[in-house]
Amino acid sequence: MATVELRFSAQPEHVRTARLVAAAVARRAGVDEAVLDEVRLAVGEACSRAVGLHRSHGVTAPIRVELTDEEKTFSIEVGDEVPVLGDNGSHASGAARSVEDDADGEDEMGLAVIKGLVDDMEVSSTDVGGLIRMSWPTAPVSALR
Amino acid sequence: MDLSLSTRNVSGPAGDRTVVEVGGEIDVYTAPKLREQLVELVNDGSYHLVVDMEGVDFLDSTGLGVLVGGLKRVRAHEGSLRLVCNQERILKIFRITGLTKVFPIHTTVDEAVAATD
Repeated sequence: MATVELRFSAQPEHVRTARLVAAAVARRAGVDEAVLDEVRLAVGEACSRAVGLHRSHGVTAPIRVELTDEEKTFSIEVGDEVPVLGDNGSHASGAARSVEDDADGEDEMGLAVIKGLVDDMEVSSTDVGGLIRMSWPTAPVSALR
Repeated sequence: MDLSLSTRNVSGPAGDRTVVEVGGEIDVYTAPKLREQLVELVNDGSYHLVVDMEGVDFLDSTGLGVLVGGLKRVRAHEGSLRLVCNQERILKIFRITGLTKVFPIHTTVDEAVAATD
């Protein structure tokens, strides 16, 4: 089970909330202070992308963010509910959704930023929707924290 | 923190420049306000813009997209769009997207206003 799970309606104003929560949980999990800016930016990009996908496809379901403090890593999963019609399992090269979504280049730029920021990230998709998974190493936390 | 915007006109050695001072967070929610401001300036005939980003706390790819859109608009009028930024956290986003090659980035407003191509 995720340490913290967040669901928000696909409205741009809620992306900031997701960034703030993710940064707070990451700090608590022991992610290095110097990396928190990257966590904030990466989760914001993933959520902005999901909001854009939901809105452009008229999906009313909420965006799901799972923040998990594992033993030596902190992971974030951002899931959308816009299915890919192709069978190759990739958003970027998938069928119907990507042709339209990449039209303005912003979806692609968001992914480029995440890839540039996060060493450990993967994008996957199913007939239910897409998922961006990212993780960062955590430092040992002192007993007082 | 929400987005704050203010503009002022400055006369420099290279001609008149419009300085857009941006503060707060530029993200998927606030970027449309910045886009509107840039579009309005260009429509009003301001083709040489300096965007001062020293007060920006957060910038994402939506914000980058708006700045690229602004650059495209001023270039259509043979204008310019220069950025002022010293913050490493913001500069990093321009670097990983390769946009440091697209935007002239200056350390002070005075330097950006005085710059010529």
